[in-house]
Amino acid sequence: MCQVDEDYQDGLERAEVPSVSKKCVKCKEASAAVVIRAGDTYCRGCFKEYFIHKFRAMLGKNRIIFPGEKVLLAVSGGPSSCSMLSQVQEGLSQNAHKKLRFLPGIVYIDEGGAVGQSVEERQRTVAELQAVFKATGFPFHMVPLEEVLDLPSSVVVMAPSPSEPPASAYKAAVDHFIQSDSSGCLTPQYQEQTLLPEVQESRTQVLQQLIGSAKTLTARQDLLNTLRQHLLVHTARTKGYSKLMLGDNCTRLAVKLLTSLSLGRGAQLAQDTGFSDSRYGDIILVRPMRDYSAKEIAYYNYMFNVTSVFIPSLDTKTTDKASIQRLTESFVTKLQADFPSTVSTIYRTSEKLQTACRSSCTADHPDRCLLCMCALDTAVENASAFQATLTSEQLSQSKSLGATRTEIPRQIRAPVEQCCSSGGGEDCGRAETGGDCCSSAKEPETIDLKSLLCYSCQLTIKDMASVEHLPQYILSEAQKRQRRYQMREEISEFLLDDGDEGD
Amino acid sequence: MPVLCSSCAEKRAVLKRPKTGHSLCKECFFWAFEEEVHQTIVAAKLFKPGETVGIAASGGKDSTVLAHVMKVLNERYSYGLELMLLSVDEGITGYRDDSLETVKRNQQQYELPLKIVSYEELYGWTMDAIVKQVGLKNNCTFCGVFRRQALDRGAIMLKVDKICTGHNADDVAETVLMNVLRGDIARLRRCTAISTASEGEGVVPRCKPLKYAYEKEIVLYAYFKKLDYFSTECIYSPNAYRGYARTFLKDLESVRPSSIMDIIHSGENLSVREGVKMPVQGTCNRCGYISSQALCKSCVLLEGLNRGLPKLGIGKHHRLHDKILSQQPLTEKEERKLKSVDF
Repeated sequence: MCQVDEDYQDGLERAEVPSVSKKCVKCKEASAAVVIRAGDTYCRGCFKEYFIHKFRAMLGKNRIIFPGEKVLLAVSGGPSSCSMLSQVQEGLSQNAHKKLRFLPGIVYIDEGGAVGQSVEERQRTVAELQAVFKATGFPFHMVPLEEVLDLPSSVVVMAPSPSEPPASAYKAAVDHFIQSDSSGCLTPQYQEQTLLPEVQESRTQVLQQLIGSAKTLTARQDLLNTLRQHLLVHTARTKGYSKLMLGDNCTRLAVKLLTSLSLGRGAQLAQDTGFSDSRYGDIILVRPMRDYSAKEIAYYNYMFNVTSVFIPSLDTKTTDKASIQRLTESFVTKLQADFPSTVSTIYRTSEKLQTACRSSCTADHPDRCLLCMCALDTAVENASAFQATLTSEQLSQSKSLGATRTEIPRQIRAPVEQCCSSGGGEDCGRAETGGDCCSSAKEPETIDLKSLLCYSCQLTIKDMASVEHLPQYILSEAQKRQRRYQMREEISEFLLDDGDEGD
Repeated sequence: MPVLCSSCAEKRAVLKRPKTGHSLCKECFFWAFEEEVHQTIVAAKLFKPGETVGIAASGGKDSTVLAHVMKVLNERYSYGLELMLLSVDEGITGYRDDSLETVKRNQQQYELPLKIVSYEELYGWTMDAIVKQVGLKNNCTFCGVFRRQALDRGAIMLKVDKICTGHNADDVAETVLMNVLRGDIARLRRCTAISTASEGEGVVPRCKPLKYAYEKEIVLYAYFKKLDYFSTECIYSPNAYRGYARTFLKDLESVRPSSIMDIIHSGENLSVREGVKMPVQGTCNRCGYISSQALCKSCVLLEGLNRGLPKLGIGKHHRLHDKILSQQPLTEKEERKLKSVDF
């Protein structure tokens, strides 16, 4: 997740050469140790102060995390999330200047199964991270990605958010916290540790089948992101956390913004890259590292010995054009080298955006994407890129209904009665889709996933050979929603207000 | 084994559509391409019967295909439009003079009236002369700003109700990327609109009927229709930074062909946060053209050229606008900053 700074290793040496003669721009006394941007030289002490202040300022400015709240830190092992962990540790220490007042916990998702690591490799990584986590004294949870296969459907349902607290509530909560002598409850009372459970090999295989059913790396990465987020949210919910802290840094977010844009996620850009993301309702995703560049983090980790662990991901050791995510990352990194303001400009663009459909407070799930939980962006006017694409597909296909050929875009359907529903039984024999076409008949009902997904998740599913490997919680929720749609259609003439779901 | 057309299932397919991946025969491709442009025009309600429409024609592939398709569709679906060709002569020897020859041939082939407006008659400067003063850096700024206004002036001379331009899907997606890379939120919001709202005096509404047509399909269409078009890059080198966005887009397309449409979809669904400062549209104090500043960009650029300070319009010198308007002399320091540096 956060291996971006690998390129900066040699940058370290280069940057330090010219700075030897210079003084720190902050204290103007000590000689400079780092050059953050052109002309900004900092000495060791001032750099540390600047770095720490930035973290507190980000949390202080946004006032989203209340004192005494349980916050789950998603640590991937990469430099950025490890740096976040060290900042939280620093902020909670007894001598901290502006002490943080929340109760942290750590979650690590072991994705080794999806990436194809051996059991030994996975164990080694987990052991390494476990040592880091233990040293913090925070409760931590090691969760294998395989557990995503057994999630409940409630994960993809937006939970009602606790009523929005008024602006004054934050101050009141702080006052209250300070009065009720807080020193006792700051140190975690218990040491909850969930060590990595033994993962059955068969489960890993099922997971690999699921990831492998996506034919392109772009779709595989997108799918993995979705699954990871579901598992993170589920872990936060079951362990009683209300905030989930992600380690996305500025560089990462610039890449993510451009990637999301290229994947058709324009409507969700603000949620994908903003400071907070409330798409799950009860669990709020927070990105406190979004002001740091990957370079700053690399400097800090290097100078103050923050350990991070190298974790391979799906696009490790692939070419630039292996996937859209990978291509965008290399594009931004290269452009940043020529034009140093690239990342910050893209990042500032993201600050000016907002989600198209304001999330309504009601748990109005039928209008949210089954996978990414964002408001559906497919109900668009006639003159739109979405409609134009549909028109193109229609016009390029046979006008006569019976003759189906391999060129027809794969119907996005669950593994049920595919052949009979797509008009004409003769295509059962098609070699290409024969697999998912006839292997089915487990359930009598046809699920049309397409109508339940946002534009971009439709693209991902389109890139999958079949959806039968999708975890059960997704398929059963899809069925449930489908049934509700049908029901609504049946009673539609009696409903007075078309827009009101009424549940 | 020959591949059969996926649409008519009778003839041999001769091409694979870059947009959808379907294999089509020539006739079915023509039909699909034209039909899609028609759908776009109808869905976005671009024209009303009886309107006079100026087609911005450069002689390049996009505008040649646009002129051809507009003529075909106007007849096939009885739009009731009066079509005209409108060209701008920037005065670039060895480039525009050749491409204008193509436009003149198109005029005869399609039997459409043609109007050419030139930078020289409008501004007193040809691009050749501008490049001589400005150099090869930033000259595209002059050309782009002047062309926008030149088209409007030509449209007013011709008394057309609307202008349509040959911008294709690739152009729109590229512009979305560019505006993100430049952090230009105001343009980011506007750039995916298929037509500009009528913005008042002196500005003719514009639209992009080829907004959802892939550049590659436009070339295919022109190729199989054997259309007469001019394909040379401008001799005054294209904008370097845009080149990065273009290469990136082509790479994206090669990874996932739908990327171009996906980016346009993203652009169409973006929304800007409340409270973000947006430029306010006003009019230029000198020429009355739309402008967000006291002086419109082309007046500032022109002033710079005429005073021998070409950098006046490059970068931000809003504070100097009042001085220019009241015809006050600039200080020596200001002058030195705005002179072109060529050594």
